[in-house]
Amino acid sequence: MNFETTIGLEVHVELKTHSKIFSPSPVEFGDQPNSNTNVIDWGYPGVLPTTNKGVVHDGIMAGLALHAQIQKHPHFDRKNYFYPDNPKAYQITQAETPIAHDGWVEIEVDDKKKKIGIAEMHIEEDAGKNSHATRYSYVDLNRQGTPLIEIVSKPDISSPDEAYAYLEQLRQVIQFTGISDVKMEEGSMRVDVNISVRPVGQKEFGTKTELKNLNSFNYVRKGLAFEEQRHQRVLMSGGKIAQETRRFDEVSGQTILMRTKEGSDDYRYFPEPDLPVLNISQNWIDSIKQELPEPPAKRRQRYVDELGITDYDAMVLTQTKEMSDFYDQMIKDGADPKLAANYLQGNVNEFLNDNQVELQDTKITPEHLATMIKLITDGTISSKMAKKVFKAITNGEEPKKFVEEKGMVQLSDPAKLQPIIDDVVAANPQSVEDFHNGKDRAIGFLVGQIMKQTHGKANPQVVNKLLKESMSK
Amino acid sequence: MNYFDQSLSSVHEKLASKAISATDLVKQTLDNIKNVDSKINAFITVDEDGALKKAKQIDEKGIDSNNLLSGMPIAIKDNMVTKGLKTTAASKILENFKPIYDATAVKKLNDLGSINVGKTNMDEFAMGGSTENSAFQTTHNPWDETKVPGGSSGGSAAAVAAGEVLAALGSDTGGSIRQPASFNGVVGMKPTYGRVSRWGLIAFGSSLDQIGPITRNVFDNATVLNAIAGHDDHDLTSSDKVIPDFTSTLNKGVKGLKIGIPSEFMAQGLDDDVKQVVLDTAETFKKLGATVEEVSLPHTQYGVAAYYIISSSEASSNLQRFDGIRYGYRAKDAKSLEDVYVKSRSEGFGDEVKRRIMLGTFSLSAGFYDAYFKKAAQVRTLMINDFTKIFKDFDLILAPTAPTPAYGIGEDISDPMTMYMNDVLTLPVNLAGLPGMSIPAGFSKGLPVGVQLIGRPYDELTVYQAGSAFEQDTDFNKQTPKMGGNN
Amino acid sequence: MTEKISEDQVKHVAELAKLKINADQLPYFTTQLDQIIGLFETLSKVDTDGVEPTSSVTDQINVMREDIADNWNQRQALLDNAPDTQDGYIRVPVIIDESEDNN
Repeated sequence: MNFETTIGLEVHVELKTHSKIFSPSPVEFGDQPNSNTNVIDWGYPGVLPTTNKGVVHDGIMAGLALHAQIQKHPHFDRKNYFYPDNPKAYQITQAETPIAHDGWVEIEVDDKKKKIGIAEMHIEEDAGKNSHATRYSYVDLNRQGTPLIEIVSKPDISSPDEAYAYLEQLRQVIQFTGISDVKMEEGSMRVDVNISVRPVGQKEFGTKTELKNLNSFNYVRKGLAFEEQRHQRVLMSGGKIAQETRRFDEVSGQTILMRTKEGSDDYRYFPEPDLPVLNISQNWIDSIKQELPEPPAKRRQRYVDELGITDYDAMVLTQTKEMSDFYDQMIKDGADPKLAANYLQGNVNEFLNDNQVELQDTKITPEHLATMIKLITDGTISSKMAKKVFKAITNGEEPKKFVEEKGMVQLSDPAKLQPIIDDVVAANPQSVEDFHNGKDRAIGFLVGQIMKQTHGKANPQVVNKLLKESMSK
Repeated sequence: MNYFDQSLSSVHEKLASKAISATDLVKQTLDNIKNVDSKINAFITVDEDGALKKAKQIDEKGIDSNNLLSGMPIAIKDNMVTKGLKTTAASKILENFKPIYDATAVKKLNDLGSINVGKTNMDEFAMGGSTENSAFQTTHNPWDETKVPGGSSGGSAAAVAAGEVLAALGSDTGGSIRQPASFNGVVGMKPTYGRVSRWGLIAFGSSLDQIGPITRNVFDNATVLNAIAGHDDHDLTSSDKVIPDFTSTLNKGVKGLKIGIPSEFMAQGLDDDVKQVVLDTAETFKKLGATVEEVSLPHTQYGVAAYYIISSSEASSNLQRFDGIRYGYRAKDAKSLEDVYVKSRSEGFGDEVKRRIMLGTFSLSAGFYDAYFKKAAQVRTLMINDFTKIFKDFDLILAPTAPTPAYGIGEDISDPMTMYMNDVLTLPVNLAGLPGMSIPAGFSKGLPVGVQLIGRPYDELTVYQAGSAFEQDTDFNKQTPKMGGNN
Repeated sequence: MTEKISEDQVKHVAELAKLKINADQLPYFTTQLDQIIGLFETLSKVDTDGVEPTSSVTDQINVMREDIADNWNQRQALLDNAPDTQDGYIRVPVIIDESEDNN
């Protein structure tokens, strides 16, 4: 029997606004429990929500970045359920009129491009956090009210690899808008997935299972792959898939039953009466469009077409907006595109990994790195010297000044090099003869001697050229 | 001091002229409350210490001679939060709840120097029309202690009628200011939805709730609304329309005003005496130069259903926050999380509140939403359209406030259906968000009867104008209860 | 009598609302709710085809707050009002079904 898989993803993205979506409490993490909370966040009797304009702005921006239609008159709805981290026992979200709908992202799997549709996007409030011990659970409402965008995919995803690629694209597109850090490890991006499997040709979808506790894109892929196979096995053996929520176990790589869903939950949605309907003008949408930075896909295309770097390099450089902006600035500052790409992927990435920092949190600037690359291409320094210069750049030093101060300028002037070469050639007739007899190794020996004389400052390319000329005379 | 025969102006004059200090006024007010409230039970909490402390501050600062509320004792319905002062909404679930912020309406009165002497009794979470649904006490009608004071703002209305204070704040979701005002022979205004901030009002039906003043006369009422009205950044549904001086039209008379009486409001179920009071009132308005004509609000008969679906649905959601976790009552023997929820709520809420929560939960639940909640919201639109149509040709609507005068304690409470039907005349105003005021307009067997004046959205001015003209021509509001013959 | 709501439905609704209706009260509640829902059903007589529902009567539209953070510093007062706290957390009996957790 052949099967086809349908995967749906609900991605929650935490926005980086200053204040919460419905209360002015600061959006900050890592503080003492409940320190960034007020009566609104606690759902006190008599409090009312107020809509944060910044969140609506970011919602529109995300919608535009994902090629979605913006809702002109969105309102909020209440989703009712009891849970300790949900203080009002309802979440203010959007059910009837999502801020944006019908968008898409383009993915590429096995060299095949595919558009994955986005059904809708809601702006809503996050819940607080429960932590559990043996006898008690503990509630911290600092996160309560943190703005979220929920992005719901259309049933276009048909494999765990596509799901992975979709998440990667989605992350990039959102990351480039600057509205969220979109980091799964920090919880600013959270993924719920559902999967169903049906025999090829069957019209209706198979029974869905939902997966939780997916803390990285890799776990999403692994969890889905496990579920896909489990569904297939059950169906092959004539069994039935139960509608249930399962938890991905990172250690075993398996999914484990959390709870069975008897029918669907009854959240009793209705329009939030405390918040007036919004009226989003075309002017506002247009001005947000103007703010949108060039998206990653366009940048990749430009890098390949105009700067001549490889697809792979272009992809790596567009992982984050910061990296891509950095690269663009280096090119503006006159750096060679290929060398710039190499340095960013090589030395810079290595440095970031070794020190566990973000590019924007280092002292490395595009100007400095571009200057260093120009020093290399014009022969002022060797790539070996560049290692030291790079180190200085990470400390915030200006490369030209550093090179001059350290006397690291490469010796490239033929007028200065020629006498040294003449001396070395005269002192090593055997090697010259070996060279003429076709022994290539001889030239290496002679270059070494010249380097020795110049304490390593001689430009190897220039030395090579001059040496060959001298010996061919 | 008992406030029969007094007004904000007369008391203010004594304060401003230093005939009496704010402290002495508060002391006398508190003494009178002690005496009167032993029979009436209008207050859940009397804040002696807070009131005396505030009075001392006012005395030190001096009375503001341009501000009638400076140093003036007032009372607040117990569903408006008062910082540091117990606020219960007459529910066991908030029995010992001390808010940590002030409602905007309360804060505005505080800032003007008025002195809150206490929190008045009400139906639990404002659900009811007799104040019998209070978890703590039964309030008695000052005109006849065997009768209910109406509700849900029964405590506020009774306190004003009994002369305990000159002004009190109430809240009105389906008639909760106007109906007790009618039962107690006082003036009660439900302003346009959005006129007064709801910040700090413990929500019942969020799209219907509105705070308003209850006073002995129209001028005092307009004065208090002047103080509490206005946009509030905490309440995005509060209107940013300019606030007029609501006392500015009180002497303009009603000449040329067009007043409509909806025939549906005068139909069966209306007490004969009440009907006569409305007809008499119409005659008075005619005499004063207004024209009065019959009009039609054809969807009136569906109002009760639409209102109870919408208000209960909103309430079922609003009251979910009372879960025993962050504040208020938590069941003592709650062993599991489910216990915390179910026991706290089942022990903390009274039967009427539970009934409404269940009605609302049902109306919103899967499979019923379209037939109930959505349908009600559509009927609401039709009812609004009915009003809009009338207000194209008419300046005001005149109607009875309640189908009957105050009824006996214990008479209606057993049957929720009867209780709900009693709101038929007041709740359309909430569904449409209009301003509506009940003024004393007659008596039936010694009990006061009020009539309702309903205006266009944000046109409280015309409502006050007509109410004042009627008041000046009649003496219904000058009568006072005999208070069990002891007065 | 045509039943608009059954005892089982009343129990289900009570569960959704986290209320417990004792067995001896169930018939009483059911009868009352049944009557009231019967009243609700009169709305079915109204033709509402194409009528927009009204969920608010505010005159306000598109009002929003600027994105400026303001900590009201209410932490201690809030914790003081809570029935059970520990180390700055609100404490509840341990949550057994964690499926609503969204870490």
